[in-house]
Amino acid sequence: MKVIVCVKQIPDPALPGELDPSTNTLKREGKLILDESDSYGVEMALQLVDAAGGGEVALVSMAPNGEVSGLRTALAMGAAQGVLVSDPELAGSDALTTAKVLAAAVQRLGGADLVLAGTESSDGYTGTVPEQMAEVLGLPSVTFAKSVAVDGGSLKVNRQTEAGYDEVTCPLPAVVSVTAGVVEPRYPSFKGIMAAKSKPVDTVTAGDLGVTPTGWAAAGQQITSVTQAPSREAGEVIEDDGEAHVKIVEFLEGLKVI
Amino acid sequence: MTISNIWVFAQAADGGVTTGTLELLTKARSLGGTVSAVVGGDASAVAATLGEYGATRVYATGDLGGALPGAAVASALAAVIDGGDRPDLIMFPQNYEGRDVMARLSVKLDRTVITNNTDVSVDGGSVTVTTPVFGGNTLVATTFSGEGPFLAAFRPKSFAAEAAGGGAAEVVAAPVPDLGSTGGATVTAVHVEESTGPKLDEADVVVSGGRGLGEAEKFSMVDDLAQALKGAAGASRAIVDAGWVPYSMQVGQTGKVVKPNVYIAAGISGATQHMVGMKGSKHIIAINKDAEAPIFGVADLGIVGDVHKVLPKLLEALQGRG
Ligand SMILES: Cc1cc2nc3c(=O)[nH]c(=O)nc-3n(C[C@H](O)[C@H](O)[C@H](O)COP(=O)(O)OP(=O)(O)OC[C@H]3O[C@@H](n4cnc5c(N)ncnc54)[C@H](O)[C@@H]3O)c2cc1C
Ligand SMILES: Nc1ncnc2c1ncn2[C@@H]1O[C@H](COP(=O)(O)O)[C@@H](O)[C@H]1O
Repeated sequence: MKVIVCVKQIPDPALPGELDPSTNTLKREGKLILDESDSYGVEMALQLVDAAGGGEVALVSMAPNGEVSGLRTALAMGAAQGVLVSDPELAGSDALTTAKVLAAAVQRLGGADLVLAGTESSDGYTGTVPEQMAEVLGLPSVTFAKSVAVDGGSLKVNRQTEAGYDEVTCPLPAVVSVTAGVVEPRYPSFKGIMAAKSKPVDTVTAGDLGVTPTGWAAAGQQITSVTQAPSREAGEVIEDDGEAHVKIVEFLEGLKVI
Repeated sequence: MTISNIWVFAQAADGGVTTGTLELLTKARSLGGTVSAVVGGDASAVAATLGEYGATRVYATGDLGGALPGAAVASALAAVIDGGDRPDLIMFPQNYEGRDVMARLSVKLDRTVITNNTDVSVDGGSVTVTTPVFGGNTLVATTFSGEGPFLAAFRPKSFAAEAAGGGAAEVVAAPVPDLGSTGGATVTAVHVEESTGPKLDEADVVVSGGRGLGEAEKFSMVDDLAQALKGAAGASRAIVDAGWVPYSMQVGQTGKVVKPNVYIAAGISGATQHMVGMKGSKHIIAINKDAEAPIFGVADLGIVGDVHKVLPKLLEALQGRG
């Protein structure tokens, strides 16, 4: 079984985000890390290949400046190889262009039985890239998967819903986006980290993939202003001296909630 | 060019339509032009409500037979558009179905999508949407360029729902064409988690718990407090991911947006992704043992203290009042 996982490489979310004042897009400079949202996909792919008794997990990623640190983390977890699309022409790409690029990268790897992605990235959270990729690739898709099992030529997915979950079947090949917390991503072992250094990463441009980031999709939007939202005034903060609950009761009484 | 033809992706729920649908219809009709609703399913039961909120027409796919809506509804809509009714703007709710249909349609129409919006305005032929970033501290306005249809998704509770009193919308069939290789994802069973009390996104009081509760069993304190205040219990993603409570209780960017009269956050740090789901609450009470926790920045009443001490006493005091 061959599984391809989309892995986004993002600025460390622990650092405060910033907009580039010249382009008004999110700054994506410096060292990037593997988006935690995608570590679940990598783990699930490794488990599915294991359960299938063999196969390969490959990665696709689009990131600026030839960045591979996040890819290396996923390779250290156990993926075999990756395609990195890195191209200054792709700066400021919208979700649709990203999906076209990633779909082309999947094809460069010869396609797969299953393509996994995160439900939403931590820094962009458009949440549309996986479903857009599925459409570009002409594949069926299941979004918001809580669990995935392969059963012959099809998938059995428990798909999270607003009210609970649905059981969904889907023929392979397919694209599936997984939610956080579905599996426990493994920590790369020392051996894994060493091995990852020599695993192949095929670095390509949009042109190499035959994707021209032009047309309506590429020029479909323009940021026109950035303003500060009216901020909420912080109120009273008190230290609990054993009687703080009385304060809460008074506050609720004042609002006539009780 | 002016914006004269707006579509709203409508969703059925409990025999009616979702509040989110009514919010979007209300906003759509304020933008001028005609409003059509699109429904992935049968629309006969909802055409009256959709009309009352401003839709003059409903495109309905008819029963989807368990197919996931993404590919099915997008294909049906693309066929209507190919057939000549070309909308200028299509408004989607920022949720599972809305996002999937919008994503598929964006590829079919080769148009960009803008998600996570909280506002939209029209000026002649141009459409501008507002998207909060960094936990809602910064508002980014983005104008669509090129030709429509412009595709935008809006967060719940971005607009107030108000009926306009129109007659039932005309139902027009928008059958799903053969999906070819993109079809096949089918729901075989539906599981609904039981919940009691008011709905999380409609309750007047919401009490949410986070990782600061320490362990799953301690969530009962949050449940009990919610019950004592006739409210609903919510949660941060940290404890949903940990499996303590179901996803339907998650408040935040990937969960529900709540705007209750009172929001009580117990053992929640106040990550930006949590705050976007609750910052609109009228009054916020936070209990956290870390005086530096970001949640205190939005709290009207902040208690620096241990939830295991404060919550039981608070419960006792409330129960003592009978
Ligand atoms: C793409 C994406 C989407 C996300 N969507 C959401 C979302 O929809 N909703 C959401 O909530 N999060 C979301 N998150 C996760 C978010 O970033 C935080 O990780 C999460 O909100 C943290 O939950 P928490 O506050 O319970 O846990 P922590 O951040 O671990 O905070 C626990 C708090 O409890 C306090 N505490 C500990 N012990 C006690 C005690 N005894 N008494 C009182 N206080 C105590 C600590 O001081 C701390 O502040 C998302 C993240 C990403 C990347
Ligand atoms: N630049 C990228 N490189 C690799 N995968 C991506 C990229 N952007 C998005 N994805 C995938 O698509 C998912 C959803 O992303 P988004 O639509 O940005 O919220 C992510 O969790 C990734 O799996």
